[in-house]
Amino acid sequence: MGKYFDMLMEEDVRMREGLHSCMNCGVCTAVCPAAEFYRYDPRQIVNTVQTRDDDAIEALLKSDTIWYCGECMSCRPRCPRGNTPGYVIQSLRRLSQRLGFFVESEKGRQQLALKRTIGENILRTGYCLVPKLVKPELHPEQGTVWQWIYDHDEEIYGQFSPVYGKEGAGALRRLDEESLAEINRIFEVSGGREMFDTIERYSDRKAREMGYEKGADQQYMMDVYQTNSNEHY
Amino acid sequence: MMKRRSWQEYQKEIADDNYYYARSCIRQNFFPGSEKAFIDILHNDLGKDLLDDPKHSSCTGIGYHSDIVPLETIMTVVARQFSLMNDAGYKNFVTSCITSFGIYNEILATWEEFPETEERTREYLYKATGREFRKPQSLAHTSDVVFHFREEIARRARHLLVNATTGEPLKVVEHIGCHYAKIFPKSGIGGSEFPYVLAGMIESWGGEVVDYPERRHCCGFGFRNYLVQANRGYSIANSHKKLESMAPYKPDFIVANCPGCAMFLDKWQYTIAEMEGTTYGENGHGIPVLTYEEMAGLVLGYDPWTLGMQMHQVDVEPLLDKMGIEYDPAAKYLGRNGKYIGKPASAVVNCCPTDTIYDIRE
Repeated sequence: MGKYFDMLMEEDVRMREGLHSCMNCGVCTAVCPAAEFYRYDPRQIVNTVQTRDDDAIEALLKSDTIWYCGECMSCRPRCPRGNTPGYVIQSLRRLSQRLGFFVESEKGRQQLALKRTIGENILRTGYCLVPKLVKPELHPEQGTVWQWIYDHDEEIYGQFSPVYGKEGAGALRRLDEESLAEINRIFEVSGGREMFDTIERYSDRKAREMGYEKGADQQYMMDVYQTNSNEHY
Repeated sequence: MMKRRSWQEYQKEIADDNYYYARSCIRQNFFPGSEKAFIDILHNDLGKDLLDDPKHSSCTGIGYHSDIVPLETIMTVVARQFSLMNDAGYKNFVTSCITSFGIYNEILATWEEFPETEERTREYLYKATGREFRKPQSLAHTSDVVFHFREEIARRARHLLVNATTGEPLKVVEHIGCHYAKIFPKSGIGGSEFPYVLAGMIESWGGEVVDYPERRHCCGFGFRNYLVQANRGYSIANSHKKLESMAPYKPDFIVANCPGCAMFLDKWQYTIAEMEGTTYGENGHGIPVLTYEEMAGLVLGYDPWTLGMQMHQVDVEPLLDKMGIEYDPAAKYLGRNGKYIGKPASAVVNCCPTDTIYDIRE
């Protein structure tokens, strides 16, 4: 009893900051954008965590539930007890990934897609996204103007930045090699790279278990990126 | 008296000059003209000093809020940004992104509350880069700086937020962005209850702020809830909720604090129009969505295509016409040096119900 609760409290300052003592008023749930559209209730999650029940917390760590939150933090200024359910969620997600429990849910498995898109782009470019990452075929909602921008990126961005794709000061510049090397070394030293490797390792194991013969290949990644069982509402 | 005291807690000191500028992943991708306009306004219109340092990087906030970048890593990346600012001799950090603004506030507060995390960050940064750092003297979002100089901009105004035909103030929906003041209310002008950063600009420049039921609701980004294709129903559903709530008040335009919010409120209008044929603005059009740099730029007389407003999905011309702004319609979609590069396909949200990319009603 209390094994996971202790891990959360000891390993993550956001847990210590985010969970003092919940009185179950439910204001967090009332303002939560995720609660409105998903079968999701931050009040109940915080309540489960503060029971310190290992079985209940493990079930949470393996569930879709903890992955519904949008981290908008609308809950934070509203809690009369100064809790932040959004921080509790961040701590749960971190532990779920460290222990490999995230691959046990459809929404959790999506972490691989986030690592391979946003994560790898940070290490490659120093930014979370660049225009060529927003491919129109994967982003139909970006519309007709985005398609035009995507097709003529140099002509369009060139009007606003003298260094589009090149080194120097300006929007969408290419980060110099030394700066990029510093960012990569920061990821090595501070646990960022380890987190990426952990996501890959558990995803590969799960992919094979699910029948993907080549493990967490591009097909698996696209499946977790696009599959919605529509059982979340 | 009580009220006045509590209001004072949400006033914020904003530096007058000498800014170290950090770009935004989303703003430079979708609104590069806005970042250019911010620098141009500060340099050319207001005569201020700002450094656009080519060595700085993303804060990695989108990765952090997608839970793939650990807290220790983002703290160290942020520490590197501060170290670069120190190297350049600046003390006033200004960031062009609401997610980043929340990140910087969260990290500074965490270092204060849990000093061991600051110590660990210093060790990681030194080990990875040989760098050390001092914290900034002031931290602001770029909109705080525009707010700070709003009266000076008003004095230089070429156009006001007023209907040029009727003389009536334009009705403006302002969207603050959750991470501006919901995480650390005292870091935002007006806090999370009475955010005034955009409302102050609108009022100073002659417009009228629209108050509507879902004014403080999230735009629906939700990080993983947009970034992963399977989850985008969350994102559009939240934008839809806001658009439905504001439409009865007939806003002339929306202005957003956060680059992500500006992009989503623009693009989801396109999607809703394509999917359902529903539009929320006048005469079957969508509601134009502006960044505050674009709003300030129009007030100061900048050309809309120099501001990059051709990169919006919802056409801005109805707003330009209302404000009496002259523009060259033929120049809208030209490339560098006036090169013809074709133009985007039409879209229902701009009142062209045929010839769209796809129409699921068929």
